[in-house]
Amino acid sequence: MSNVGIVIVSHSPLVAEGTADMVRQMVGDEVPLAWCGGNGHGGLGTNVEAIMGAIDKAWSEAGVAILVDLGGAETNSEMAVEMIGEPRAHKIIVCNAPIVEGAVMAATEASGGASLREVVATAHELSPS
Amino acid sequence: MSTETLDKTGTMDKVDLKTLISATADTIAAHADELTALDQAIGDGDHGLNMKRGFEAVRTEAEAFAAKPLPEALKAIGTKLVMTVGGASGPLFGTLFMALGKEISAEPDRASLTAAFGKAIEAVAARGKSQVGQKTMLDVLQPVHDALLQGKTGLEIADVADSAADATVPMKALRGRASFLGDRSIGHMDAGGRSVALLVRAVVESIEGQA
Repeated sequence: MSNVGIVIVSHSPLVAEGTADMVRQMVGDEVPLAWCGGNGHGGLGTNVEAIMGAIDKAWSEAGVAILVDLGGAETNSEMAVEMIGEPRAHKIIVCNAPIVEGAVMAATEASGGASLREVVATAHELSPS
Repeated sequence: MSTETLDKTGTMDKVDLKTLISATADTIAAHADELTALDQAIGDGDHGLNMKRGFEAVRTEAEAFAAKPLPEALKAIGTKLVMTVGGASGPLFGTLFMALGKEISAEPDRASLTAAFGKAIEAVAARGKSQVGQKTMLDVLQPVHDALLQGKTGLEIADVADSAADATVPMKALRGRASFLGDRSIGHMDAGGRSVALLVRAVVESIEGQA
């Protein structure tokens, strides 16, 4: 698919899956979408390996925007991008935006064929700077 | 004796990495409940369990790590921590070890260890978008680096680390989950800082015991 992919990373698998449901309701299958949540051991948290897997699943040559909830989700997502490395790393951006609103807005933008830069900018507009 | 080793020649080639791994995993396991309690006070309460999971995973593969040259071993340990810790501590402690491995020489003397440690601290600060004074692990790492620079003995360095962890108590958290609490983060020790102090003492005592 040529549209930008969206990855949702929450500490809670329920939040991540619920957010993904809201995105699907808006854009259907027009956008590559993946989510992950939890520490991989049944608890709340985020997991680099799972994030790398979600990026693979939502991969698009147009790039991937990642929406995160709290600090560790951001740190682990940045670590995942670094471990994936080039040539893909520069096409993966961790957004500074509220996870639910950011994911829905970013996906909606992506479904219209917007570039990664435009998708990320749309998500960032939701964050008070 | 090893203080001599660390101070004068500073070579660590006689130190068995497997023993070091075991000592760090032991101390994290022994203090997991304490670390969790510290994190429960001003964080999300998963630090002890997460660190224990990570260091036990490292312990499981200690033999394989110990067989590698020191830089490769540290990088591999860091990667293992990133993959197994499962919280923000994973990338932060993982980055510490990965960066140390990237910077250190295969048989470091004190000067090269100190320089590599300094670079590793910079990498942790970049990963956490943090700096000294924000009630984080950096507030223990930096004084340890200073103590290394000042030529302090191993046990003195471990004491510096303990004091630095204690010194996070009156600080106000400006990074991480604890920062959400604002002034209410004051009066509690930073869990990440405490972990660093525990690891430093374990490494020092392990080196002391072996030399």
